Amino acid sequence: MAQFALVIDLNTCVGCHACATNCKEWNTQAAFGPLSDFDPYGREPYGVWYNRIMTYEMGEFPNTQVFHLPKSCLHCQDAPCVPVCPTGASYKREQDGIVLVNYDDCIGCKLCSWACPYGCREFDEADKVMKKCTLCIDRIYDESLPPEHRKPACVLTCPAKARFFGDIEDPNSEAYRVIKERNGFVLFPDMGTNPANHYLPRTETKIHIDEHILKHDNPLFLEVLRRHHVGT
Amino acid sequence: MEIGGSFYDRKAYSTCYMCACRCGIEVYVRNNKVVYIKGNDDHPTNRGVLCAKGSSGIMKEYSPARLRKPLLRVGPRGSGQFKEIEWEEALEIATQWLEEARKKGPYKIAFFTGRDQMQQINSWFASQLGTVNWAAHGGFCSVNIAAAGLYSIGGSFWEFGEADFENTKYFMLIGVAEDHSSNPFKLGIQEMKRKGGKFVVVNPVRWGYGAIADEWVPIKPGTDGAFFMGIMHVLFKYNLVNWEFLKEFTNAPWLVIQAPGTPKDGLFYRNEEGKPMVFDKKSQSFKPADRIVPEDLDPAFIGEFTTPEGYKVRPAFDIFAERLVKDYSPEKVEKITGIPAKDIERIAKEIGTIALYHPIELPIEWVDVWGRKHKKVIGRPVSFHVMRGVASHSNGFQTARAIFLLMMMLGVVDVPGGFLNKPPYPKHIEDLPKPYKISRPDEIKYGEVYPGPHLGYPQNPDDLLVDEKGNPIRIDHAYSWWFPLAAHGCIQNVIPSAYRKNPYGIEVLMIYMANMAWNSSQNIPYIIEALTATDPAGNYIIPKVITIDAFYSEQVAYSDLVLPDATYLEQWFALSLLDRPPSSVDGPVDALRHPIVNPQENGYDVKGWGDIMVELGSRLKLPGFVNPDGSRKYKDFKDFLINWQIRPGVGALAGWRGKNGDKHFVGEPNPNQLEMYIKNKGFFYYKLPENMRYYRHVNKDYQEWAVSAGFLKKVAPIIFNFYLETLQTFRLAGQGLWEGKNQPPNDPILRERLIKYFDPLPFWYPPFEEEVSGDEYPLYAFTQRPQWMYHSWDSQNAWLRQISTRNYLYMNPKTAEKLGIKHLDWVWVESRVGKVKCQVFLTETTEPNSVWTWNAIGKMKGAWGLKPEAEEGNEGFLLNHVIPHSIKIGGREIYYGDPITGHLAWFDTKVKVYKAEDQTPQTYPQFEVKPLDYIKERWVPVLRYKP
Repeated sequence: MAQFALVIDLNTCVGCHACATNCKEWNTQAAFGPLSDFDPYGREPYGVWYNRIMTYEMGEFPNTQVFHLPKSCLHCQDAPCVPVCPTGASYKREQDGIVLVNYDDCIGCKLCSWACPYGCREFDEADKVMKKCTLCIDRIYDESLPPEHRKPACVLTCPAKARFFGDIEDPNSEAYRVIKERNGFVLFPDMGTNPANHYLPRTETKIHIDEHILKHDNPLFLEVLRRHHVGT
Repeated sequence: MEIGGSFYDRKAYSTCYMCACRCGIEVYVRNNKVVYIKGNDDHPTNRGVLCAKGSSGIMKEYSPARLRKPLLRVGPRGSGQFKEIEWEEALEIATQWLEEARKKGPYKIAFFTGRDQMQQINSWFASQLGTVNWAAHGGFCSVNIAAAGLYSIGGSFWEFGEADFENTKYFMLIGVAEDHSSNPFKLGIQEMKRKGGKFVVVNPVRWGYGAIADEWVPIKPGTDGAFFMGIMHVLFKYNLVNWEFLKEFTNAPWLVIQAPGTPKDGLFYRNEEGKPMVFDKKSQSFKPADRIVPEDLDPAFIGEFTTPEGYKVRPAFDIFAERLVKDYSPEKVEKITGIPAKDIERIAKEIGTIALYHPIELPIEWVDVWGRKHKKVIGRPVSFHVMRGVASHSNGFQTARAIFLLMMMLGVVDVPGGFLNKPPYPKHIEDLPKPYKISRPDEIKYGEVYPGPHLGYPQNPDDLLVDEKGNPIRIDHAYSWWFPLAAHGCIQNVIPSAYRKNPYGIEVLMIYMANMAWNSSQNIPYIIEALTATDPAGNYIIPKVITIDAFYSEQVAYSDLVLPDATYLEQWFALSLLDRPPSSVDGPVDALRHPIVNPQENGYDVKGWGDIMVELGSRLKLPGFVNPDGSRKYKDFKDFLINWQIRPGVGALAGWRGKNGDKHFVGEPNPNQLEMYIKNKGFFYYKLPENMRYYRHVNKDYQEWAVSAGFLKKVAPIIFNFYLETLQTFRLAGQGLWEGKNQPPNDPILRERLIKYFDPLPFWYPPFEEEVSGDEYPLYAFTQRPQWMYHSWDSQNAWLRQISTRNYLYMNPKTAEKLGIKHLDWVWVESRVGKVKCQVFLTETTEPNSVWTWNAIGKMKGAWGLKPEAEEGNEGFLLNHVIPHSIKIGGREIYYGDPITGHLAWFDTKVKVYKAEDQTPQTYPQFEVKPLDYIKERWVPVLRYKP
C-alpha cells in the first residue's frame, strides 16, 4: 500500500517558517479551510496552523548547535488518533495513508489530540472541529493544477529545498531514496506509532588540509620579516 | 471535501515586495481577493520558492493598519489626530507646500525614500524639484559594503553580485547578513551543502542560517576586520596567494611613492603619460602597469625601489605585507577577536588550499580584453558574503575592504566557485558616477532642474559637496568632509540636521516608505523631540512633514499630511536596471509590478506612489512633467513607465523596447511594453551565454555586449583597487598636501580623522564607541531580524506576528550569571544616551560580549493597526532608543557614522545591563499614539480568511 509522507532535511532547514506560512495561506482558502485566527491584532493572537517550527539549541558556548524542527501531522502508519475517535471522523486513507478528519463527523471531543504524542492536531475553536495537515490532498490530486504543482504547498515553497514528498513505500520515489541514503529517522520510534514523515539528520562537513603542500618558508614572507625586523 | 476544479478565477505574475529581495510571484485571485501567492517557477531570483514573508502577502493586503484615504493632521504632531480628506485637497495642499518651499530654495525640500526600489526614478523626481536633498535608506543599511565593493572591484554583494553557489566548495557568511538576499541564499546554501561544501558563519550569534553552518566562528562584534587581516597574514605566510591574479587583475604590484610630507606621498608612481608603473623583475626596469599582460612582465610585489627621478617607491602589496606581518599575526588577532589563533590559522589554510590547490576547470572558451584566447575557465571555489553586520560598525568600510582584498589574494572574484558579478556590474571604477557638484545649497534656483545624479562615488576631495568654507551642502551631510564617500547618502542624519538647522533649516520633509520616527532612526526620544520641537512662536522647527505610506506607522503618526500608498499588489512599479536590479549572475533581469487587485473595490481610496509622483510633478509643472507648451506630459504612472526616458532609448524597463517591442536595453518607447512584461510573467531576463559568465572584469565578449547594452562605456580591463588611491587623496588633504581645489577646514579633529582612517590599504581599528563608552558600558548591543520579518515592512502581519509578537534581549548565560541576571528577568539596558527596559532570554547561541534582539518588532503603542494591549507595544521593545545618533570626538558632536562613508554605526552601541527593580512586564520608555477610528473597527475577534 502506498504511504505518502514528508521527508524533512534538517541539514538544510534554516527555520525560516516559509513552509508554515505558505501552508497557512494555501489551506485557509482551500478545501479544509478556513484556518481561524483569534484576536489576530490583539494581545495573544493564536490561530490554527497545520505546520509549526520548533527551534532547539544544544550544547554550551562555543559548541552550540541550533536545530529547527518543522512539525506537522506525521501520518503515522499506526496512528493513535484514529482508534480513539468515537465517531470515526479521524481516519486513515487506505489508498495513500493520509490521515484526515471528516469535519461533518467530528464532535470536537479532542480525544485525538490527547492521543497524538506529537501535538500535531489543531482544534479550531470557531468551527469546533479538529484540523490538521492533509498533505495538501487538495493539491496533490487536483488535475486542474499543472503536474509539477501537485505537491504539498510546504514542499513547493521551501527555499532551503528541505522538504521531500512522496510514497515512502515505493523504492522508486525520491522520498524513499533519501530516507535510505541519508539515514532518515522518525520521531519517537518507541511510541509504536510508526510515523510516515521522516527527518534527515545533520551532517558536518570538515575540510582536510594537505599540510604537505603548504610552503612554510615563503621567501617573500621571510623577506618582509627581515626588512621590518619582525621576530617570528 | 471537494478536490479539483480551479481554486481561482484570475492568476497574475508580479514581483514580491514583502522584503527587498524581489522574487517573482504568481498571484491567484478569487472574487477580487488574493487567495494564494506562490513563487514563480520561471523567475531566476527564487525559482519557484517563496519565503515566510512572501507567503504572508495576503495579510499585508488586508491589514487593519492600511490607510484608506489621505490624512491631514488636526491635533499636535504625534497625537494621531487627523481628518480624512479627499485626494484633490491632499494633492493641492502638497503642491502648495512644495511650491512655497521651492520658492524659498529647492534645497528646502528634503525628500528621502527609505525602502525604495525605484531609486533612479525618485532621484529624478527630486532633480525635477531642484533639490540636492534626496537619498534612500542605504546610509544605515550596508552602504559600507556597497561602497567598499564598488571602489575595490567595481561590484559588490547582493544586487551587485553573489557567491557562485553552483560551484563553490567553501562559503563564508560574515555578520548579520541573513536575508540580503533571502531566497537565493537559502537555495544557494542548500545546494552547496548538498554537494559537500563547507559553510562557515562568522557572527557573534549562531542563529538563522548559522543553524546549519558546518562551523561557527563566534567573533566579538566589530572585530571582523582584524579576523580577516589575520587570515591574510596566514595566507601570506604559507604562500597561499594567487599571485597571477594579483598581477594581472589588481593594482597590488603598482608602485606607491614614499615621500612623506610631500603632495606625491602615497600616490602611484606614474610616467609622463600618467600611467601607473610597476617594477619588472625580468628587465629590472620600471614599466607601465598596463603592459603587464601584453609584455608578460614579472612585476615585483615585495621590495623598495628608487626611480630615475629619485622617488622611493614600493609595490602596494609590499606596504600591505609589512602591515600583515607586523600587526596581524593570529596570536595578536586572537586577543582582539576572541577567536583562537589555531582556528584562524586553520581556517586560512582551508580556504587557501582550496582556492590555490583545488581549482575547478570548466571547459568554456573565452577571450580576454587583451585578446588572449582561453580554452577553459579556471575557478577558485571559495566564496564570501557580507552585509549589514560588518557594515554597521564605524570600522565597516575598512573591514569590508579587507574582505575584498582577501578575495583578490585568493583570486576568487568573477571566477567559477567564487564571487560572480550580476550585470550591469562590474563597472569600471574610474567611470562610476559622481554626485553632481554644486558649491552652494541655493545654487539651483526655483524652476531649475538639479542637473546630475544625487549620489555617486567621489574620486578625490574636489568631488565633495561642500561650500567654500567646507560646510556640507546636503542636509544629511553626505559628501561632506566628515562623510566623504557617502555613496548612498545619510538618511539617518536628516531629522537631527533639520532640527538643529545644521547646515540649514528646511521647509518640507517628505518621506516615502521609511519609518524615521521609529525603527529607522536612532535615539528615538531625541527624534521625537526633533519632530515635535517648536520655535518661540509655536511653529514646528521642521515646518512640514509629508509622508507617503500604505500603513499607519509611527512616521505617519508624526506627519502633517499623509498620502496613502497602494500595496505592491495594487500599483505599477518598475524594478529597473537603472537601479540596483534583481539581476542574476547569468544575466540582467528587470521586473514589473502591476495592479492585480483594485484597492477601491476593497474600500481603500489610495494611490500608488508613482501615480502620486506624476500628479505632484504635473501640478507643480516641474520641467520633466510638462510638454514645451506647458501641457501635462504623463497621464499617469503607467504612461510614465512606458514613455519616460533618462536618455534617448533608455527607460525604466529594458525589455521589449522599440515601437514593436523587438529591441532590448536601448530602443524607443513601446506603447505595449508593460503588457509584454505581464505576458512574460512580469520580468525580463536576458540570459547570457556561458563564455560571458566569468572574468567579466576582463572578458572581451561580455564587455562588448555590456557596452551595447549601455552598462559599460568601454571595453577595457577593470583593474581592482587593492590599493585605493582615492583614500590617499583625502589623507593628503588632511595633511594639507592636497593640491586640488577643495581644502578641508582648518580643524585639527577633522584633519586627524582624514589622516587616520583614509588609509588606502585596509586596517582594523576599534569601533569608536570603545573610546567613549569603554568599560563603563561593557557589552555590545545590536539587532538582527528574524527570517520571517527581515526587511519586511509589516511585522504587524496577522500570520507573521503569531510567530513573534515580541522580542527579548538575548544574552549568554555566563554573562548573565556575572550580572546576577536570570532567565526572563526584566532588565535595564543602558547606553550613554539612554536606557530601555526589556526582558532577558538566556541562550548559548550568543558570544559573551554581546547582547542582541530583533529589530522593529517593538512598536509604538497604537501604531500599525495593533490593539494598544498588543505585546509589540508592551513587552516588545525597541533597542533604537539607546543607539546613539551622534558621538563626541574631540569635544565636537558628530553624527555617528563610519568616517569614510557615513554609514550609521548602530552595531557599535555599547551598554550595561542590570536587573530592573520593578519587574512589571512592560518596556520603557513608553510612547503612545491614538489609533485611527476606522482601524479600531477592523479589530475582528476571529479572522477566517476564505474568500
